[in-house]
Amino acid sequence: MIEAEGLTKRFGDRLAVDGLSFTVRPGQVTGFLGPNGAGKSTTMRMILGLDAPTSGRVRVSGQPYAKLANPLREVGALLDAKAIHGGRTAYNHLLCLAQTNNLPRRRVGEVLELVGLTGVAKKRSRGFSLGMGQRLGIASALLGDPKILMFDEPVNGLDPEGILWIRNLMKALAAEGRTVFVSSHLMSEMENTADHLLVIGRGKMIADCTVKEFIDQNSVLAIRVRTPDAAALAGLVTTAGGKAVRESDGSLLVTELAMDRIGDLAFDGGVRLHELSPLQASLEQAFMELTKDSVEFHAAVPAIGPEALR
Amino acid sequence: MTATIPAPGSLAASLPPASGRSGFIGMLRSEWTKLRTVRSTMWSLLAMAAISIGLMSLFAWVSMRRWDRFDPEERLSLAHRPLEIILARPVFIAQLVVAVLGVMVISAEYTTGMIRSTLQAQPRRLTVLAAKVTVFAALMLVVGEALSFAAFFLGRQLIAAHIPVQLSDPGVARSVVGAGLYIAMLGLFSLAFGAIIRHTAGAITAVLGLILIVSNLTNLLPDSWGAHINAWMPTNAGQLIYEPTLAPDHLLTQWQGYAVFGGWTALLLAVAAVLLVRRDA
Repeated sequence: MIEAEGLTKRFGDRLAVDGLSFTVRPGQVTGFLGPNGAGKSTTMRMILGLDAPTSGRVRVSGQPYAKLANPLREVGALLDAKAIHGGRTAYNHLLCLAQTNNLPRRRVGEVLELVGLTGVAKKRSRGFSLGMGQRLGIASALLGDPKILMFDEPVNGLDPEGILWIRNLMKALAAEGRTVFVSSHLMSEMENTADHLLVIGRGKMIADCTVKEFIDQNSVLAIRVRTPDAAALAGLVTTAGGKAVRESDGSLLVTELAMDRIGDLAFDGGVRLHELSPLQASLEQAFMELTKDSVEFHAAVPAIGPEALR
Repeated sequence: MTATIPAPGSLAASLPPASGRSGFIGMLRSEWTKLRTVRSTMWSLLAMAAISIGLMSLFAWVSMRRWDRFDPEERLSLAHRPLEIILARPVFIAQLVVAVLGVMVISAEYTTGMIRSTLQAQPRRLTVLAAKVTVFAALMLVVGEALSFAAFFLGRQLIAAHIPVQLSDPGVARSVVGAGLYIAMLGLFSLAFGAIIRHTAGAITAVLGLILIVSNLTNLLPDSWGAHINAWMPTNAGQLIYEPTLAPDHLLTQWQGYAVFGGWTALLLAVAAVLLVRRDA
């Protein structure tokens, strides 16, 4: 369990993290989503006590991180895979960390086995590929058999096999009842992995909900209605407070009215329907829609609305 | 390379329950592992021993070869300061390596990013600093004493024909032991610089600049100012500990000098500790 209250971090005159309050619960994968520069890494660094909050506080298993008796047994984190002295072998790197928390030496061999690095245990990590470095980082996160795992952009730069492996690992860890907190700037990454979502933009919380709620709230953009009597239905929709737009193929795009309600209106008004279907944006589009006002570094992204889906 | 997803529960299978709190002892073991598992530590120390003792031997040997061609004043001056050749010079060379190693004990953690792994594993930062200081001081004390005794006994053989010197001569035993003490303290002095500056190149420049340039330049200050500041400069004061004898009007005794060096080091370490606790890693 990770609990943040009003967590704030200011760098000079820039608010990197702005009053975040949230709880990350055990037994599920919680996705931490936001555009680049939204404050995800800074938040994770504050959870681990690497950065001190400007105000607010964050607790891990009910305590500030620095008070944990054996931090590696409580939290395993992969913040960036480069937090390693390249001149040291994989084995010795893990040994240094294991010794700080009085973990037995054989544990090092076990986690290396677990991530598939046994064959290169005696090799200096400087020569590791990105994927191997990532696996070494995960091995260090698993050292203390922690209750909480945090991964910052874990699949960046991995090949599809590596991505699948990490996804399945995160799910397996959550299934064991652990708290899994994983950040990403790609919604598609979370779609298949996360149960719960925290979405931030410019350091502020935008959404704190389950993935399903997120989809329901954000992904239905319009209802497509095909009917031989479009003019009549458009009138009914407008009277009921919705908006209907005539498409070039003769169908109607209805917004601001629920799908069931449109069906009822048509039935009551005696209008024949040939199609009644939700136009769904992908989660990626929903996410971009949600965060478009809070993207730190804007490229010219076309606005996502019903028009974009035609 | 294969990696399988661990079966539920398999992660925990072999880990015994925690006994007590992660603290100084575990951190000591970790820091020792860190020092000995990076190739550069051992290579630097070997190179340091080879170059400092090698050059000392060469100087000593050449001086003895040319002894008959020296004029009497030169002979007298050499004979008066036997430790100049066989102790002070090798220590002067060795200190350059020790300064670099001391800085890198901490700065390498920052330049590689290892510091984030270290502080995740042990977030109590003063424990981390204390362990680093203890392990490196112990290593440098052993290395320093080994080096100064080796230099002394080898050098003594080489110059025995014209400049006999015994461990029992006045101040000699203290000088030989003191040279090792100087090296250990210099290691900590440099470590503090590494912790404060955090960039390898910057910290090395600062320490070596202080030892090699600033300390000597203070001599040029006018009047007694220069003499006083010069005497109290950290390494100038510290180096007195391996002077067998001092001029009676010298501002500090050997042990006072070492205490001054220790005071500077303690001050810098205190600054380093405050900064380590306050700054974001």
